[in-house]
Order: sequence, then C-alpha cells, then structure tokens
Amino acid sequence: MNLHEYQAKQIFSQYGIPIPRGRVAANPAEAKQIAEELGGKVVVKSQVLVGGRGKAGGIRLAKSSQEAEELATLILGMEIKGLPVRKVLVDEAVSIEKEIYLGITNDRSSRKPVMMASAEGGVDIEEVASRSPEKIIKVLIDPLLGLREYQSRDVAVFIDLPKSFWRSFISLADSLWRVYRETDATLVEINPLVITKDQRLLALDGKMSIDDNALFRHADLAEKRDLDIEAPAEIEARKYGLSYIKLDGEIGCMVNGAGLAMATMDIIKLYGGSPANFLDIGGGAGADKVAAALRIILSDVNVKAVLINIFGGITRCDEVARGILSAIGEVKPNVPMVVRLVGTNAEEGRRLLADAQMITAETLVEAAQKSVRVARGGA
Amino acid sequence: MSILINKHSRVVVQGITGHEGSFHAQQMIAYGTNVVAGVTPGKGGEWVLDGKVPVFDSVKVAVEATGANVSVIFVPARFAADAIFEAADSGVPLIFCITEGIPVQDMMVVRAYLDQKGVRLVGPNCPGALTPGEAKVGIIPGNIAIPGDIGVVSRSGTLTYEVLYALKLHGMGASTCVGIGGDPVNGTSFIDALSLFEADPYTERVILIGEIGGSDEEKAAEYISRHMTKPVIAFIAGQTAPPGKRMGHAGAIIEGGSGTAADKIQALNNAGVRVARHPEEIPALLQH
Repeated sequence: MNLHEYQAKQIFSQYGIPIPRGRVAANPAEAKQIAEELGGKVVVKSQVLVGGRGKAGGIRLAKSSQEAEELATLILGMEIKGLPVRKVLVDEAVSIEKEIYLGITNDRSSRKPVMMASAEGGVDIEEVASRSPEKIIKVLIDPLLGLREYQSRDVAVFIDLPKSFWRSFISLADSLWRVYRETDATLVEINPLVITKDQRLLALDGKMSIDDNALFRHADLAEKRDLDIEAPAEIEARKYGLSYIKLDGEIGCMVNGAGLAMATMDIIKLYGGSPANFLDIGGGAGADKVAAALRIILSDVNVKAVLINIFGGITRCDEVARGILSAIGEVKPNVPMVVRLVGTNAEEGRRLLADAQMITAETLVEAAQKSVRVARGGA
Repeated sequence: MSILINKHSRVVVQGITGHEGSFHAQQMIAYGTNVVAGVTPGKGGEWVLDGKVPVFDSVKVAVEATGANVSVIFVPARFAADAIFEAADSGVPLIFCITEGIPVQDMMVVRAYLDQKGVRLVGPNCPGALTPGEAKVGIIPGNIAIPGDIGVVSRSGTLTYEVLYALKLHGMGASTCVGIGGDPVNGTSFIDALSLFEADPYTERVILIGEIGGSDEEKAAEYISRHMTKPVIAFIAGQTAPPGKRMGHAGAIIEGGSGTAADKIQALNNAGVRVARHPEEIPALLQH
C-alpha cells in the first residue's frame, strides 16, 4: 500500500526528519489560507499516487497566495494518469543548493534491507540506475544489527556531502531507518533531500510503501489507503479475501491458487484467447466466497466466457460447485461457462453441476481450448 | 528415496489444535507420516487426534520428550515468525512453515537468524513436501502422486499439484516434491533444492516450477548450467501477468521491468533447460 507525499512527510517529521513548512488542502480557499500563513511564495503539489506529477503539470510554483489559489483551482480539477487530484500539498518554497537521493527498500536478492543514495537527486532514480549505476551507492543493512553509524558516514562521503552536514545526515538516515522498520515499510524514499541556500537539510519530497501483510499491526496506516487507484471490483474482491486483478481480455478466470491462476491465464493465451482477469479464490474457499468471485467476474462487461479451474486440495470441489450454483441463481449469467474440477470431492462437485448446463473439461488443455472456442461464439 | 523427509522423519506440528493444523496433522498421519508431537501453548498435557498425539506447551519440551527432528508450522501469520524462532531454538534442524501472509521484514530477521544457526527453513507460504509412499509434511494431497525418480521443486501450491497429477496420469512418479513458497523472502531456495536433488541417488531428473518476480529462477539457471548433471525441465507461470501488479503471491510481481517470465525462460533455455508451455506438456518433455 502506497502513502501520499503529505502522509509520508508527516511520518518523517514525527521521526525528526526536517520537512518544509506546509499543509494539505482540499480546496482552493484552504490553499490560499495556507499560502498566506507561509508568506505567499509556495509550491502547490498534487497528491496522487502516480509518478511523473511534475511533468504532468501537477507541481507548480506560486509567487503569491492569490496565485496559489489559482493554481490550486487548476490542479484540483486535473486528472493525472487517470487519477483525480483530490488534495494539494502547499509547501513553503525554498532555494536549493544541492539535491540528493536517499531511500531504503527491500533487496530481494540478498534478503536484506538496502540503503541507496546518490548525489544525483531530484530525478527518477531508476533512470540513474540504468544510465550510470556507478553514481548510486547501495549499503546492505543486517536486519539483526540495524543501520550502523559508519554505514551512513560511508554514504555521506560517497555523495560528497560537506563535512559540516555529516552529523545531521547520520541522524536523518537513522530516522529514516526507524521509519522503515517501525512502519513495516517496503520502501521509504526522500527524493530530493536538499541542502538549502540557507544551509539546512530538508526532505522536499517523500514516498512510502507499506507491506500489506503487516497492516494488521498498523491500524493507523491501514486507514490511509487511497481507494482511487484500485478498480471497484478489486476493492470488492478484497472484502471477500479474494485476490483479483482486472485485465483486458474476454475470458473470465476463477482458479484456486496464485500459481495455477497465472498458469491458467497463460494457457488461455497459448490457445489464442485472452484472460479477462486474474482471480485466486485461495485455499479452502467456501460457497459464499466462490459465489462472490463469480459475481465479480461477471460484472466485467468484456467477459464473453468463464473458465473455472479448481484443483481441490484443501479446497473442496463440492463447496465450489455450491458457490457456483448460488451465484448463477442470483446473477443469471448469459455467457457460457467451462468448468474443470479435479481433486478433493470432484465427483460430488460434478454431480451437483450436472443440471446447470455447464461445459465440462477433464484436462487443463481441454478447458482452455473449449473456453477460447465458446468465447468466440462457437459451440 | 528422497530429500528432506522420509518414513523415518519425526514430525512435530506447531499449532496442532488449530483448524488447519489439526486437519492436516490428521492427513499426514493417514498418509503414514510419523507425527510424534504437537505444540499449542497452554494445551500441554492433552492428547489429540484420537489420543494418538501428545501436545506440549513448547517446541523444546516436545523435542526433548519425543525426539522430533522436523517441525511444521500452521500458526497464524502474526505469530509465525516467533514460531519459527522457537523451532530454531529447540534444536530441530528442519522447519517447514506453511503460513501465508508473514510480514516481509519479519522474514528478513528470521532468515538472518537461521543462517547464523545453520537451521534449514522451507517456506513460508508453501505447501510443504511430499515423498510419495513415505511421508508428507504440509498440505500436499497425498493421493495425487506416486513414487518415482523425478524431483519436483516449486514456488507454487496448486500448480504443483497439477504437475504431480499430470505425471501420475502418465505413470510417472516423484522422489520428493518440495514447495519452497511464493514469498519474496523465504528459506530454502531453488538452488538449495536442486543441489539436494543432484546429490540424491534416487532422483534421476528434476522439474522446476517457477513464476514471475525476483531473480531466483535466473540464479537457478546459472547453477544448473554449472553444477547439475541430471536433466532439468521447467515451467514458468505468469507470461500474461501485467507489470506492477502482485499476482496473489507476495513475491509474484514484475518490478522495474525485471522478473518477467520471458527473462526467466530465456535464462533457463540458455542453461540447456527445456521449458514447457503449459503444465500438461511436462510429461511429454520428460519422455524425450
């Protein structure tokens, strides 16, 4: 789950990382008020969870509170990459001497946290990484020891930080490490971290992603979830504990298990069709969950056929069949459905579905071929 | 014969009185697995599963009393990291963690600790292991596989069942099947499992089932080309997965353009590994 810039910076600030003065506004009048309090010269920044806000015109400099109000009006009416701008952050404008990149993330390959820094801040770090990787320092952090002071000092030296800033940088890096640890973040990033003309270290921007699996112990952060970036069907699916991702194709898929769900999508493609979604009902799903899954699949108007592929282990095929029957009774689908049930209680499941006019398949290949054919209107 | 588990393994089930733990402990026993103890703090002294399995308050006491040498964990995600530490400190050399949804930072600390202690972890978020005809530890249905000479290692659960079942229909069997789990930070890797299969005299061939995300399949490909004498067949799920979306498993995500199925298939092909286009094609590839 990603946090907005203003939310990330509030958390940074609570951990002692200096951020510019500023507040978030939901309407132009508020933005004007905040700009007045800050002395007029401000930056008005759209708060949407996509990259490239600046290039899209979603970050603008205002010389007066009047202009801040006008820019807020403009920006709050924008959509950036399909997402509506509902809030703007109004920050004091500062004069910048040096821009730095600083972040901590999970390094999958070494299975450890990694601190990354570069003297080339303010630009897309992935671009720097591909263009000139030698300009980025990566410091692996032992999860049992935490970030050590010498490691932050090494980073300060690498990015050519003037010696007078070392102490404050080391303390800032330690704060960032604590944010990462204590919020179960998968990414904390300051880009840019700046030295201002009046010689202050300041986090001008902030980005945080939180591990969804850890939200059970961060109720305060879980509340900050922005639902704008998720399709309504994905939100609905999460309520039922289903993992659903909408795609562009025409064959709706219901599968138990993530790997098998991906393999089912792949085989549909292999036989010339295209999957309408990824959907994993998980292990041991009951009839209610299955019914919800089928409703969600059928709510996609592009779906021309449904493929249900269940390999019963913990999941019982008779339960799945009951869920299908209950959903069919309710939704009255007008698209053909191909069903393949294998494993635990598969025969009972097939018997339950015998009268439901569904197309059955024995093998994965057969299921894929049949669903591609019926999606094209074949029999 | 087999890797990791066999009929002599002595298994302790952590979370044996829970819904999942109790059901699967029963299934493991029905398959013939030597389940010698269960652990649920606060329920020590009870006997469960028709009075056949003693329950202890801690793993340490269970190990001391029963000589258990494998632990399998079925506790909820928020308690799972602690359960792994407890198992590691009890002296068992091998831990299977079935639990899904453990926070990744918990797993990074777990990994660092286990590496220091030299304890092997399989999982988390995995189906466990099955040595057909001998023992199963975890949740793989026993009846979908027959004994044989094929080693199977996989990041997935039901997809693995699909493959085992396809093998069985063709009269092919497995030496051991091990699911290493779909999380970004786990214990046993593809390389660990491949090296065990390479050393196992009863495994003649290996099937590797991977998926999008991370670079473990690429590392496995490099290992195969340098160290494996036994033939390896692979399947990679997620060729149609869009970038930036987590496909169910916490670890199955294409990030920053890396971890795609195409990259992994290329790396495996370069290492001389034939990659099946779908799971049911695997038996045919093994015959040629």
